[in-house]
Amino acid sequence: MTRPIAGGSGGAAGVEAALPHPGTSRPARVERVLENERLLATILLAPTVLLLGVFIAYPFVMGVWLSLSSTSVGNPGEFVGFKNFVKAWDDSIFQMAFRNTFFYTFWATIFKLVLGMWLALLLNRHFRGKRIVRAAMLLPFIVPTVLSTFAWRWMFDPTFSVLNWMLFKGGFIVTKLPFLSDGAWAMWCAIVINTWRGMPFFAITLLAGLQTINPDLHEAASLDGANGWKRFWHVTWPLLKPVTIVVVVFSIIQTFADFQLIYVLTGGGPANSTHLLATYAYQLGVATGLLGEGAAVSLFMFPVLFAVVWIQLRYLRRLEGA
Amino acid sequence: MVIERRWKRWVYFYAPLTLFVIGTLFPFYWMFITAIRPDHELYRSWRAVTNTPFWTLQPTLAHFQDLLARTTFPRWLWNTFFIACVSTGISLFCGLLAGYALARLRFPMAGTLGTAIFVTYLVPPTLLFIPLADIIRTFQLGNTPWALILTYPTFLIPFCTWLLMGYFKTIPKELEECARIDGATRFGAMIRIIFPIAVPGILSAGIFAFTLSWNEFIYALIFISSPERKTVPVGVVSELIRGDIYFWGQLMAGALLGSVPVALVYSFFVEYYVAGLTGSVKG
Repeated sequence: MTRPIAGGSGGAAGVEAALPHPGTSRPARVERVLENERLLATILLAPTVLLLGVFIAYPFVMGVWLSLSSTSVGNPGEFVGFKNFVKAWDDSIFQMAFRNTFFYTFWATIFKLVLGMWLALLLNRHFRGKRIVRAAMLLPFIVPTVLSTFAWRWMFDPTFSVLNWMLFKGGFIVTKLPFLSDGAWAMWCAIVINTWRGMPFFAITLLAGLQTINPDLHEAASLDGANGWKRFWHVTWPLLKPVTIVVVVFSIIQTFADFQLIYVLTGGGPANSTHLLATYAYQLGVATGLLGEGAAVSLFMFPVLFAVVWIQLRYLRRLEGA
Repeated sequence: MVIERRWKRWVYFYAPLTLFVIGTLFPFYWMFITAIRPDHELYRSWRAVTNTPFWTLQPTLAHFQDLLARTTFPRWLWNTFFIACVSTGISLFCGLLAGYALARLRFPMAGTLGTAIFVTYLVPPTLLFIPLADIIRTFQLGNTPWALILTYPTFLIPFCTWLLMGYFKTIPKELEECARIDGATRFGAMIRIIFPIAVPGILSAGIFAFTLSWNEFIYALIFISSPERKTVPVGVVSELIRGDIYFWGQLMAGALLGSVPVALVYSFFVEYYVAGLTGSVKG
């Protein structure tokens, strides 16, 4: 069934051109074909719509219902209105998690964007071993987050940290740094790991964007006397903006809803100071069994995610319209 | 070409690139060196004089042996592999059909459905895990691989559909029209002409989906409870830490072995993976 005709990653590029447009004749068949088209579309879309309906749309509706009820494990609960939301809003751990989520998303996204852009610009040049370097740079993104976070946790270990050892030997510190035992430090550690993991995604997608920019433009700009920074700012950046915005939106959504990194690194501690909305929702909903309250906490993510997706959709439409 | 001096090339190019490479790869090196280091060297104070953190003169495979003998690690590997393959297969099947319909067919609601699928693409699992856990319980799927095989496609299908839709749009319509003039049905043209041309796109989507399912954590954490049915990420987190004690040698050996299969798949198909990655964010 899937015998390849045109192999290679070049793909469809090879079959373009040739083949004159045959125009839209055969008026007698048009109606029948349209009939078929609807039927065929329904059949082709059915499995997808069914699966997404049962496992995304339905849980979402149910999540909203849970958040408005006092359900917990083994107790069907009853409708309680916005009580769970109000309770969460007054809860000091929730407030901390809420602030942390924004803080974490903001800084991690900034770092990923700046470092990813820098790396993309470096990788866009010609040098020996470029393919290997590019492949190696993506490794943090491939390896399961949970497993790589364990390596980082071991590097940040209070007693055996290799980073402390390096800084101590280098003469930068005299006592060890409290990487994971202090709330503020732990939050920054999480941001560092998230940046380490997400930066390759930025770099590789931005690199793909960079490769579509015509080198003649840079040539022309440098002949006009523009230096490196000016060339980046006035030539590269405007052309790279569309892909950058899309990548940033993806990253914001992923980072805002992050769970595994914090779960493995600190488990929300020390003293609940590094919880994100997702980890706190897990603690309430799964670990404690308060399904209603947990669902309410995770729904607090929804307005932000909705706003980001909405901006993204509007932006895509505008690009298509232009 | 923009010409530059040699020292400039070192300062602005080689030095930062080297730092990037070291920063990116150091945690993996650290994983490796910890996994082959004997315990008595592992737990030595960070300021001990004899501390040589970057290498070891007594490499050992003891941690790997412990891991394989005392836990069900091979079983976790198999579970992860099986679940990743089946859910990737399901997602590719659905994504191919849906992507074709959205790219090629005209029908009412096409635009709305396309947008809806795009929006589900952006719904993170952490928004839905609590109600989903309830649904899994209702369907009596808890603690079976099916709980994961059926839920992973929720984040894989939107991605596959989106990627393949973009790929189908680059295939000229004329190819299909020629086939149909020669007497093929629409369905036949789709199966015999379009899908074979789309093989590189299918491969990209498949590789990417496979790595995503290998990486998945929260659903596997919540839906599976028996140790021998867990996936690698969940098994390592929940079974290798006994009480409050972290067995770092075993943990790092597990992290290494759990990363190797997915890294291997990736290294064989780097180009397809990159195509999938960059295609996943293209509109």
